[in-house]
Amino acid sequence: MAASGPSYLDFEQPIHEIEQKIEELETFADSTQLDLGDQIAQLRLLRDDLRRDIQSRLTPWQRVQIARHPGRPVAADYLEGAFTDFVELHGDRTFGDDGAIATGFAKLGERRVLVVAHRKGKTTKDRIACNFGSAHPEGYRKAILKMQLAEKYGLPVITLIDTPGAFPGVGAEERGQAFIIARNLLEMAKLTVPVICTVIGEGGSGGALGIGIGDRMLMLQNAYYSVISPEGCSSILWKTAEKASEAAAILKLTAKDLKRFRIVDEIVPEPVGGAHTDPATAVDTVREALIRTLDELEALETEQRLEMRYAKLRSIGVFLEDGVLEARRVEVGSTAD
Amino acid sequence: MFKRIRFRKKKEMPPGLFLRCPGCANMQYKQDVDERQQVCPECNFHFELSSRERIAHLLDEDSFTEMWGDLAPTDPLNFKAKKAYKDRIEASQAATGLKDACVVGTAELEGKPVAFGCTDPKFMRGSMGSVVGEKITRIIEHATEERLPLIFVSGSGGGARMDEGALSLMQMAKTSAALARMDQAGGLFVSVLTNPTMGGCMASFAALGDITVAEPKALLGFAGPRVIRDTIKADLPEGFQTSEFLLEHGFLDMIVNRGELRAKLAELIGFCVGEDGKIVKKPRRGAG
Ligand SMILES: [Zn+2]
Repeated sequence: MAASGPSYLDFEQPIHEIEQKIEELETFADSTQLDLGDQIAQLRLLRDDLRRDIQSRLTPWQRVQIARHPGRPVAADYLEGAFTDFVELHGDRTFGDDGAIATGFAKLGERRVLVVAHRKGKTTKDRIACNFGSAHPEGYRKAILKMQLAEKYGLPVITLIDTPGAFPGVGAEERGQAFIIARNLLEMAKLTVPVICTVIGEGGSGGALGIGIGDRMLMLQNAYYSVISPEGCSSILWKTAEKASEAAAILKLTAKDLKRFRIVDEIVPEPVGGAHTDPATAVDTVREALIRTLDELEALETEQRLEMRYAKLRSIGVFLEDGVLEARRVEVGSTAD
Repeated sequence: MFKRIRFRKKKEMPPGLFLRCPGCANMQYKQDVDERQQVCPECNFHFELSSRERIAHLLDEDSFTEMWGDLAPTDPLNFKAKKAYKDRIEASQAATGLKDACVVGTAELEGKPVAFGCTDPKFMRGSMGSVVGEKITRIIEHATEERLPLIFVSGSGGGARMDEGALSLMQMAKTSAALARMDQAGGLFVSVLTNPTMGGCMASFAALGDITVAEPKALLGFAGPRVIRDTIKADLPEGFQTSEFLLEHGFLDMIVNRGELRAKLAELIGFCVGEDGKIVKKPRRGAG
């Protein structure tokens, strides 16, 4: 994790205060040789209760903040913790090597797979090198080239989605951002190997979807996936980015919402308080979910799996036909969170 | 002062007789513009066409048969800001006479059978929600089954429609997956890009033509110019994100004037279909 120590979101302040208290008592106990074990244990219980309480009342905007938390596990943590033997493959063979998307071979348990992941970086220097996870066309072109390599050798593809969005810049437009993302959607739909997409943090619009077509879609409990950033939505609706919190609520961008819309197949639970409170456990839970999902997918005949992939995409949408609501497409009622 | 200027303007130009061209910023006789399929006689600026006008100008007379015209939007997110999505839909429906921003069906183009669709820039800026995505997907599937060439004219400045959230985003995936199947079946998709086509529409079906043509001087791109300016904090180059810019960077096959579009599309289709005017069936070779 970042060397500067944990950082706290505003709604985590009460937890911060208890943790400071715990630290004080520990230092005090050390220096005076007093046994304060009971008091410390009690404070820890109090902290965990508080975390659970905060977790149960998180607003969509607070989840967006958790999804962007500087201590949240990013691609590098998953490549180290969920996979082994990662061998990075560089370059799009046309323009360059985009730091915002990492691609390469890896092992997931016993299996050989290909990983495609938005990369955000962990230090300021890293983050700049990765353009904060905002890819250019060459990043998406690299991604599809490596996925087609996986297709050739029959390796399942695992994508990890974590981007504020595809980069909006002059070079990106000159090199056909829209055309390259569109091409990825079409080519990913054609892959015959199993493809699992997981939103681990930010699912920023077309930039997320550009590596987001597959047989299964997993989403971490506090991740978000949206057609537009809350800030962007706020500036369109209210001509100011200040109302991002209201925008986050009306966009219905949480994992629970996406599950209800049948876009996401499975919500991967995070440690209480969010993945940043216990990155190792978060990474491990994702690893288990990926292995289990891959087991399920590999048990299917390829033709059957491809039909299911198409049928799922085909069924997304809510509209009226002959005045009748096509509501069977949306699961009514709540999902376990 | 302000009032007096407005009064004078009104007096000089009775409403409906003139319109201001966004291309050359000059006033043009509406009748001249009307006679040239809504193209400015002075600077060749192509005004936005409603779906009705597009069908009238591009397809053979009375050849268009609409399909799935009753598909109508609903409000799955219960989306309410200053204005409710429900009310905005109703206002657009009343203004255009359409249920949503897309019209699809079958038609003939210089006697050649085609599947046809267009987005209507006058209905919520041609943006794509569930209905638009569903209709595009259905016409792609229909064209694939019937071995018809597909012409789709995009005028979608609104991109993926915000008011339907991630459901709109996933219409990009749905339409592209349908085009993947069409591609594998040997289909022909001619994508016609018109002013403006941006965001989620440009980054999905509109960019996936086997042949891609654009009307002149259209604004075409992924991110909106304002968003880019705010991000890079610099002015954008002259002609940025226009048809001409895209042609120069290799993303278009050609730019075609509106008046020549019907003949050019018919000519292009003629090179790709069989003698019966339909897509030639190919034996499947692998999954690619
Ligand atoms: Zn003009």
